[in-house]
Formats: sequence, structure tokens, C-alpha cells
Amino acid sequence: MSLKKLLTLIVCMAVMAIAVSCKKQNKETVKIGAIFAVTGGASFLGAPEAKTVQMLQDEINAAGGIDGKNIEVIIKDSAGKPENAISFAKQLIDENKVFAIIGPSTSGESMKIKSICDDAKVILVSCAAAESIVNPISKYVFKTPQKDSDAAQMILNLMKKKGITKIGVVSSNDGFGAEGKKQLEKLAPGAGVQILISEVYDKKATDLTGVLTKIKAKNVQAVVNWSIVPAQSIIAKNMKQLNMNVPLFQSHGFGNIKYVKEAGEAAEGIIFPCGRLLIVDELADSHPQKQVLAKYKKDYEGKYAEDASTFGGHAYDALMILVEAMKRGGSDKEKTRDALENLKGFAGTGGVFNYSPADHTGLDINGFELLTVRGGKFVKYEDK
Amino acid sequence: MPFEQILQYIFSGITNGSIYAIVAIGFNIIYNTTGIINFAQGEFLMLGGMTAISLSAFMPLPVAILASVVITSFVGALIDFIFIRRLKKPTVLNMVIITIGLSILIRDIALHVWDEKVRSLPYFTGSEVTSINILGAYISPQVLWVLGVSGIIVALLGVFFRVTVTGRSMRACASNMTAARLCGINTRNMVTISFMLSAAIGALAGCVVSPITQTQYDCGTSLAIKGFTVAILGGLGNSTGAVIGGIVIGLLEAFSISIMPLAYKDAIAIAVLLLILFVRPSGLFGKKEAAGLKEF
Amino acid sequence: MNAKKYIPVAVLVGCIVLFQVASSLIGREFYLTQLTMAAYYSLVILGLTVLMGYTGQISLGHAAFFAIGGYTSAVLTTLDLTGAAGNPVVKAVTAAGLAAASKDAYGAETLVLSPWVALVAAVVITAIVAFLIGIPILKLKGHYLAMATLGFGIIVYRIVLGASLFGEADGISDLPPFPIPGGLAVCGDPARRVENFYIAAVLVVAGVVLLINLVDSRVGRALRSIHGSEEAANAMGVDIARYKLLVFVLSAVFACVAGVFLTHFNGGIGPSEAETMKSVSYVAIVAVGGMANLWGALVMGVVLNYLSLRGYFGSYDEFVFGSILIGIMMFAPEGLLRMESLRGLAGLPARIKSMFGAKNEE
Repeated sequence: MSLKKLLTLIVCMAVMAIAVSCKKQNKETVKIGAIFAVTGGASFLGAPEAKTVQMLQDEINAAGGIDGKNIEVIIKDSAGKPENAISFAKQLIDENKVFAIIGPSTSGESMKIKSICDDAKVILVSCAAAESIVNPISKYVFKTPQKDSDAAQMILNLMKKKGITKIGVVSSNDGFGAEGKKQLEKLAPGAGVQILISEVYDKKATDLTGVLTKIKAKNVQAVVNWSIVPAQSIIAKNMKQLNMNVPLFQSHGFGNIKYVKEAGEAAEGIIFPCGRLLIVDELADSHPQKQVLAKYKKDYEGKYAEDASTFGGHAYDALMILVEAMKRGGSDKEKTRDALENLKGFAGTGGVFNYSPADHTGLDINGFELLTVRGGKFVKYEDK
Repeated sequence: MPFEQILQYIFSGITNGSIYAIVAIGFNIIYNTTGIINFAQGEFLMLGGMTAISLSAFMPLPVAILASVVITSFVGALIDFIFIRRLKKPTVLNMVIITIGLSILIRDIALHVWDEKVRSLPYFTGSEVTSINILGAYISPQVLWVLGVSGIIVALLGVFFRVTVTGRSMRACASNMTAARLCGINTRNMVTISFMLSAAIGALAGCVVSPITQTQYDCGTSLAIKGFTVAILGGLGNSTGAVIGGIVIGLLEAFSISIMPLAYKDAIAIAVLLLILFVRPSGLFGKKEAAGLKEF
Repeated sequence: MNAKKYIPVAVLVGCIVLFQVASSLIGREFYLTQLTMAAYYSLVILGLTVLMGYTGQISLGHAAFFAIGGYTSAVLTTLDLTGAAGNPVVKAVTAAGLAAASKDAYGAETLVLSPWVALVAAVVITAIVAFLIGIPILKLKGHYLAMATLGFGIIVYRIVLGASLFGEADGISDLPPFPIPGGLAVCGDPARRVENFYIAAVLVVAGVVLLINLVDSRVGRALRSIHGSEEAANAMGVDIARYKLLVFVLSAVFACVAGVFLTHFNGGIGPSEAETMKSVSYVAIVAVGGMANLWGALVMGVVLNYLSLRGYFGSYDEFVFGSILIGIMMFAPEGLLRMESLRGLAGLPARIKSMFGAKNEE
């Protein structure tokens, strides 16, 4: 390769880089970064999240923005890869000078950019569930999905009531599954429940009969599946296929009607703790979340012609909480952060948020409701 | 281990194994006429499943499956017309890279045509909760469908390659391309037919497994890797080898679960393959210079 | 010794400095972040270029070596030795100054190994793994070689994804900075952006110089003879197995070093670094660069990774790589950065037209 060619190429590269990066600056807008796994293995989380945020941006701006300023959400597709999330977080902070970042969708990515945001003093409202994101607490890092320990506690409480003492646990091998498994193992003895067998599967798993055969041989009284991936419906189907008639408990990761549709009849009777988005019709009008949930569900389903899921709800909460804090804190990052940390009684899709300096999750066990599947629909679980 | 449990693992292994075998046979059909390993083979399963799911909203299930098989085989022909025919004397490296590129393109187009969501066809007979008891092991009726359809595909292909003129011509191409051309066989058309056939088989397999494994835009890649593993294990181009290889890998995976965490299932199958390759670089049944499909 | 071959290296160094100065002057130093990351990925690609382009051996598992490097360093530098402080080995390591006290996320005192120890360990482990796996793998040819390297990559991916030691799907976070004598450190701190850019650049330049000399040496001629015809090379007394293995190990070490440094720069690593798709994209870039073309691979490696890391392709990232693979292989199998190919591309419309014309005639 000749010198001339090399030079030409490098010049082309430089021009390209600058052309790509120079976007029009608008002084009237507040920029908010969003990193979601729109494609790739975690797209079932990232895609509804990105759609939700897009929809909210338009809604907020149509309603006059925040204090007269429009918001501009810069959505980056990380494809669920931590290295991309790291690059995008730095880009959003250094280059786009965003006010705050919402996302990422997965806990692995959130853990990677946690310290980047904290060092840069940029608020991060994560949409990933793992508790390790906010424990230990970082000053600028918050999250919206409910606590895994609360979900585990709810399931175990019900087991205690039903006299279930021997269970098998299956979980996905991501942060969500690992955290759930950890919490179940920690809390089970307190409820007098014994975990006889614990198995982990991959997010791309398509056949779980092998694992379930192993569990079946242990004669468990119930199976708990802790994951957020599509394999949740396969578990239900495979259990029925293997003629396992013990109850199946799922985590709050099951909060997507799509999974029920995939599992079909096999989904009937699955019990899981979840936010109230899925049973909004059953809520009393006086319930603090009723209005928020009904509006989000209607808007989302109207705009995108697909069922709203709790995953999109996490992004809704993340953006709306941030917007609420910005209304109180103005354009000052520190004041907004303080406002967010002290936000109380904010009704979101995941529950009523009460943040404090010691709690960056904002939700307690009351954010959950036990749900079950009846006639292909989510309904509130009632103990017979 | 109690007998029922062993039987259950065997069923699980044979079911997955026969799916792998079908993908591997798809690889072999194209390999034999072109010498190409088509890394986009898994995408044919995905396309078949996805198309049938979309069509089943408008028409009865059997018609939707048939239509999807036809459409997918058309896509196979299109791939040959647009990409494969153009190449003059491609190297193995070139072909590996092109078909990997194709697999990425198809996957990404599927992501934007459909979306990221999981879909599945309804169970052909019974439903999600139907379970058949065979000697204490429980299987879904769809498992029988998978086994039956795989068996029929293998049998029909055997007849096709032995009896029909087209099939014989394809075997001729496999054993010696130049000689086949000298005998007046249109080798280019044989390549097209092999792509169509392989796509059609893939699509059919994609439809049959959809109720059990569910279909998503990126579900083809892992199947392609498994199919490739099986094809190599059985010896490239050897379809009997593919069937045996598929079942060996399927059983190996199923029983590995009983002693190892599920997370390492894929790694075990591939580790075994690597060991075999190191000892016998042409696979279990492959001839020294990976022979064609002479005895199908 | 021919000084002429160093002129492009001098140009490269000039460009590196020019880029840094220019980006600082226009207040857009933040470009350097992704450029640094892209530079590390280019190191993997440089190693792979020599393996693929000069010995003709495909590797669909090179991301595995990157991951081995990154994960080894991540595990060793986050492993808390406080509990084992009484252990004589740990004592000796601490006494030798190879371990340092630090604080974990909860603020507790921890004792971790120095990243330098981790780097050495990573390189040694990678070299041993590449050596052991290389002996049998490199005996294979064609599709069997492709499958074997792909399989090796998948096994490594499965292990990092499945083992709790490697953090399963979440990977490992919160790595300490990698200290370099002279007060420098490889880390993600924005204040150290410029020095990190130069650290990466120095590694790339060193890699290029090393490879240029390798290619130009007796070894390089032997390699080219392998690519031409293994049988002929063998007949001429070239020990092909040894040379292939040597290059395989070397390219694995390149990937490993890139993995160690990028992991420290990023402050963490996840299983996506070991994915098959990652290996495929490395192969894609080598192909686009023109196979046996170090400069082409370097330029394409930096440009494509840079654009990809900036999210320029949005949700079409993989689509772009797929299209590039097919396009290059079909229209310019010798790579994009050769004049013949550029000319070929200029004549593309005519070629396509003639193709479809030809098709109708059939």
C-alpha cells in the first residue's frame, strides 16, 4: 500500500468522523441519553423500552416540555453488549453532554456503566432488575424495577401458606436469574422451604425437558423459574409435556402477555408476583396507580399495536421519574439528583416509588401483586 | 438412574438429534453439489417457521406450512441466482465468509420484517398440555411429529436420490462435476435445485419444531452451528452419517445434563466433536477426502 | 535492513499525533475514547491478518483469545486475597510488590494482584492454550478447520457464560486501572483520555512494526510459501506445521494483549466479547482489508470499529457487517484497499448489468 493511498484514506476517515459527529445543536432542548438493547439477545427488553421512551418524548414535548424546554432522548442500541454500553455511555456524557441517562436494559451493562456515570456525576436510572446495581448505593445511580428479594419473599410466603416445603429452582444464567436464585436461597429457610435442586439455563435455551426430568426425579412440590427470557414459556410447556403436575411459580420477569400466548394452555395456573400494569382493569378507580397504568397501556397499545409489557413500564418509570425530578430540580444536575433521591409517593407503572438516600430502588413489597393466568389472561391470584 | 428417567433423556436426545440431523442433511445436499458449506442453513428453519406463523393467520395450518416451504425454497433459489452463480472459482474461505454474511443479512432482515418477539405455531395435534405416556416417559405429541417428519424426509430423499433422474444427476454432480457436465447434465441447475431442496427441508423442519422450541429471528444461528457440528461429525456429504451423528450429539447433550450444568451442554457436544476431529480429521463416516453422497 | 518499509510506520505515527492534536484543538477530544477502543480491536485484527492472509488459515474463534486475555486479567485483578493473606505464596507476592491494597465497592479493604501479574498470566495462558489447541487444529483443512476454530470459540464462550467465576451473563465489572511506569494508567477516566489514546497507539505501532519485520523475514517467506502451496513448501523443506503454529500462537497473543488492555480501559468485560459474531466480524474486517494486507486491515479495523462503537449503524450494525462481507467477497475478493479493487468497484454498475445480461443468455 502506497503512502498516498494511506493518507487519502486517513483524511477520508477524519472527514467521515466529523461529519458523523456534528449534529445540529438546539439550545431549547434538554438532552437525555437512553441505552437499550433494541436488537440482540435482550431485545425483548430493549425494544419495548425504546418504543416507550420514544412515545413519551413526543408526549412530553407536545404538552410543552419541562419548564418550557423540550426534551430530546438520544436512544442508543447496545445490542445487549457491555462494551457497546460503555462506549455509548462515554459518548453520551462527554460528547452529547446529556443531562441524565436511562437504561441500560440488562444488569451486566448497568454494572459496567455504573461507575462511569457516578464519576461523571450524571444521573443513571437503570431499567435492569438486579439488586447489585443499587447495592452498594452509588450516589448517582437509581433503578426502577422492583426488588428481587421482595418478589422472592412473596412467592415464599405463599408457599408457606400452602404448605409447600420442597421445591426445585430453575433460573437463567444472567444477572436477573442469578440474583433471584441468590435471594430464594437466602430467604427459603425463613419460610421453612427447602431447595432440593437448583439448575441454571441459557437465555437461548429451547429444550428444558432434560433439566426438568432431573427435577422431577427429586419429587419436588413446586418449581420456581426465575428468568426474564422467552424460555419461560418453554419451561411451562415442557412441564406439562413431562406430566409434572406441581405448581409452577415464575418471577416478575413473566410480566409479558406474549409469554402466556406462547405457552398457551400450559400457562394456566402459573403464579407470579408482578407490578399492576397487567391487571389494570381489575384495579379500583381509587388506586393511586390506576390512572397512570390505564393511560400508559392505552397509549402504548394504540401507538404500536402490540401488548404493553412491564419491561416497557420500567422505561416509562425511569423517564417519568427523571422528568418529575427535573421539574423540581430545574436544570441543575445536583438539585435534580437530590430531588430524585427524595422523591416520595410517585405513582409509576411498577408501583408507588419512594426513594431515599438509603434506598435507590424506591419500591417495596407493596409494588407487587400476586398474579396468575386464567383463560389466557393475567388475573389477580386469590388463595382458595 | 431409574429406567423412566433414562428413557426420558433418550427421547429428548433423539428429538433434538433428529432436528440437528435434518439441518445437517440440508448442509450435505448443498455441499455435495457445490462444495459449499451453507452457513445460512439455520436461517432457512427460521424463515420457514416465521413465514408459516404469519401465513397461518390467514389460512389453515397445513396450507400455511406448504406455502412457507414453497416460499423458503424460492428464497433458496434466489440466493443461488444472486450470490452463488456469480462466483468464479471461489475458495473455501470466500464461501465460508459469503454464507456467514448471508446468514447475518437474513437474520437482520427478519428482525426488521417481523420483530424481536418470540412466536410459535400451534401444536399440530393436541395442545401444550397434552402428554403421551410411553413406558413411563412422557412426551408431547409434537415430538412424534418431529420424529415422523424427520424420518419421512430422510426416506423421501433416499428415494429421490436413487430413483429420480434429477436425484441421480445430483449424485453425478456430487461425485464428479466435470464428468457430470460432460454427460449433458446442467450442473448449474443442479446447484439451484440443491439450494431449493435444502431450503425446503429446512423450512419444513422449522415449522415442525416451532411449537416446541418457539421461533425468533435469531434462532437459526445456533441450529446452524449444531447442524454443522453434526455434518462434520458424520463426515461431510454423508447423509447416513448425518443421521447417526445427529442422534449421537442429541443423546450426548441429553445425558450431559444429568451430570453437568445445562450451561455447558453446547460446549460438551463441540468438545467431543473436536476430539473426534483431532483423531479422525474426516469425521466418523467421512472418506479421507470427504467423499460425495454416493450411498444415500 | 530496508528503511523504506518504515516510511508507512512514520506516516502512521504522524497521523496518530495529528489526530490527537486536531481533536484537542477543536475541543472534540472525546473522539479519542472510541478511537482507543477501535485501536485495541485493530490489534486483534492485525494478528489475524498474518494468520489468515499469510498462512491462509481461517480462524472463526479469535474472539476467544481476546476473551481469555480480558477475563484472565479481570478475574485476577478483582480476586480478593485478603482472606488468604497468611498463605506463603500470597505473602511472597505481596512482598514482591505484585499485589496492592485497594477498596471494593462496599468500601472494604481488599488485596488484589497487580495488573502486570495478570497481563503476564494472561499472555502465558493464551500462548499455552493456543499452542495446545493449535497442534491438532492446524492439521485440519478447509471446512474442518473452520468448524474446529468455530467450535473452540464456542467452548470458550460457553465457559465464560456458564461459570460463576466469570460472572455468567453479567461478566466482570469494576476493574482497577492498569498502572504504567511514569504515572500513566490504562483506565476509563476521561482526564486520562489522551494518555490512553497514546498507550493504545504505541501498542498498535509496536504490533505493526513487529509484524512487518516478521512478514519480511525468512519466516514471512516461509509463510507465503505455505499460502501458495503447502505441498510445495513442504517439499522444499519448510517445516509448515511449525510456522503455522508459530503464527497461530502469535496472533492469539495479539488478541490476548488487546483483551487485557481494553478490559482495563473499559473497566469490565462481558461474555459478548467471546461471541461467535465477534470472531466473524474480525474475519470480515481482515477480508475487507485485503487478507494479506496489514495496512488495509489496520485502516479498516480502526474505521469500522470506530463507527460501530459510536453507534453510527444503529440497529443495523450486524446488517452492515453482513453486507460488507458479501459485497467484498463478491466484487473485490482481494480487499477494498487495493487499486485494482477500487477500479473494479468503479466499474461495478457495468459489471452488475453484464451479470444480469449474462444470466438471461443462459
